[in-house]
Amino acid sequence: MTKRDYSLLGPDAERAVETGLATAEWYHTDIPRKEMKALMQRSDKPAIRDAIILFGSMIVLAGIGIALWPSWWSAPFWLAYGVLYGSAMDSRWHECGHGTAFKTPWMNNVVYQIASFCMVRNPVTWRWSHARHHTDTIIVGRDPEIVAMRPPALFRIFLNFFGIIDALTGWKRMLLNAAGRLDTEEVTYIPEQEQHKVVSVARIWVLIYMATIVVAVAMQSILPLMVIGLPRLYGAWHHVMTGIMQHAGLAENVLDHRLNSRTVYMNPISRFIYWNMNYHVEHHMFPMVPYHRLPELHEKIKHDLPAPNASILDAYKEIWPALKRQLRYEDFFIKRELPGSAQPYREDLHEQALSVPAE
Amino acid sequence: MAEWIDACATDDIDEEDLIRFDHGDRTFAIYRSPNDEYFCTDGLCTHEQVHLEDGLVMDYVIECPKHNGQFDYRTGEAKRAPVCVNLGTYPVKVEGDRVFVEI
Repeated sequence: MTKRDYSLLGPDAERAVETGLATAEWYHTDIPRKEMKALMQRSDKPAIRDAIILFGSMIVLAGIGIALWPSWWSAPFWLAYGVLYGSAMDSRWHECGHGTAFKTPWMNNVVYQIASFCMVRNPVTWRWSHARHHTDTIIVGRDPEIVAMRPPALFRIFLNFFGIIDALTGWKRMLLNAAGRLDTEEVTYIPEQEQHKVVSVARIWVLIYMATIVVAVAMQSILPLMVIGLPRLYGAWHHVMTGIMQHAGLAENVLDHRLNSRTVYMNPISRFIYWNMNYHVEHHMFPMVPYHRLPELHEKIKHDLPAPNASILDAYKEIWPALKRQLRYEDFFIKRELPGSAQPYREDLHEQALSVPAE
Repeated sequence: MAEWIDACATDDIDEEDLIRFDHGDRTFAIYRSPNDEYFCTDGLCTHEQVHLEDGLVMDYVIECPKHNGQFDYRTGEAKRAPVCVNLGTYPVKVEGDRVFVEI
């Protein structure tokens, strides 16, 4: 059984470079250039509509929550507000980080900054971390965003349904950065000329949190923290639920997103919160395509992809047993089956990963 | 020493698009702007050496297909992270229906 080291400075990181898995060429389904150009076209309209719905709903829900506070009748409104703050902001951070959500760059930037603050992800650090995730998706020792490692840390994942590990790490990192320092792993993927921006943003955030805490102390109430900060905890569950589905249980160290990513059909509310990132194979294969065109892209290339999971429940019926099995036997993974019409896997690239028993 | 190389026909490139052009052991990208002007840059993104041929041209910007970094293809200037280093650019001239690049 192979022991894995997921740190970016460990032996698996070195091995990925030696074996050609780092910064490698990945599989892409063939699409005529004209069709791909059409799919990549940007538009402000869908994202402006969604931003109005999102921020409008947040204002209304928080307003009702404040009006009903401290009655328990305010709880459902806080729970709904929390999901928009602690989960919908995850997908807004993601899409605006790619710069594909809006056509107008400043709109992407404004929403990206707000979403980064809500998710406690430094907008500079995480832009680089996510670039690495796309370069080296689920390559052990290279990808800093692997959620379900092997063996899976199930208790850690459970705590993150309440944002506990991720948010606390984010706040701790914010204080470190505000003190003018960077984490040793951050230094490996953030270019030197960008590093001062990490510190500047962290200092602004500290000021916002300090102001919120001062107001809370003055009011002798946690109400200000129910609006800013705490929703990252009590509203995190949805983005963790959808985030786990992206890659958990699938192959590591392969150069084909059909093997290591998962597309899942889901209900329209979850798709709004998740901004269509349920089409995850498609997103990784073609990150230039905006979220609102992913369903069309899916229709065009599904002949070349594994069958999507039919629902969130269906995905978890596959993931949960795989994670449990990886607790005992960490080389286990789910091998995706391709339809007969698909181009085959690059077995030459995947020989090592796929030679391990899978189901 | 640089010389003018016949790279492609003017209508090989759609308006507001680009094509790949390989010469010797080097690779380039040739662009046609929305105003029917032609430009040439290095073909590989300065971030992680992904070829720009599958990228998206928007006005005078080319976006890298892998990480969405952006350059102004007229000047090569890096416009959006994760790209930080400018692209090399090369003079272009059009004679008749042919596009020439000085490389």
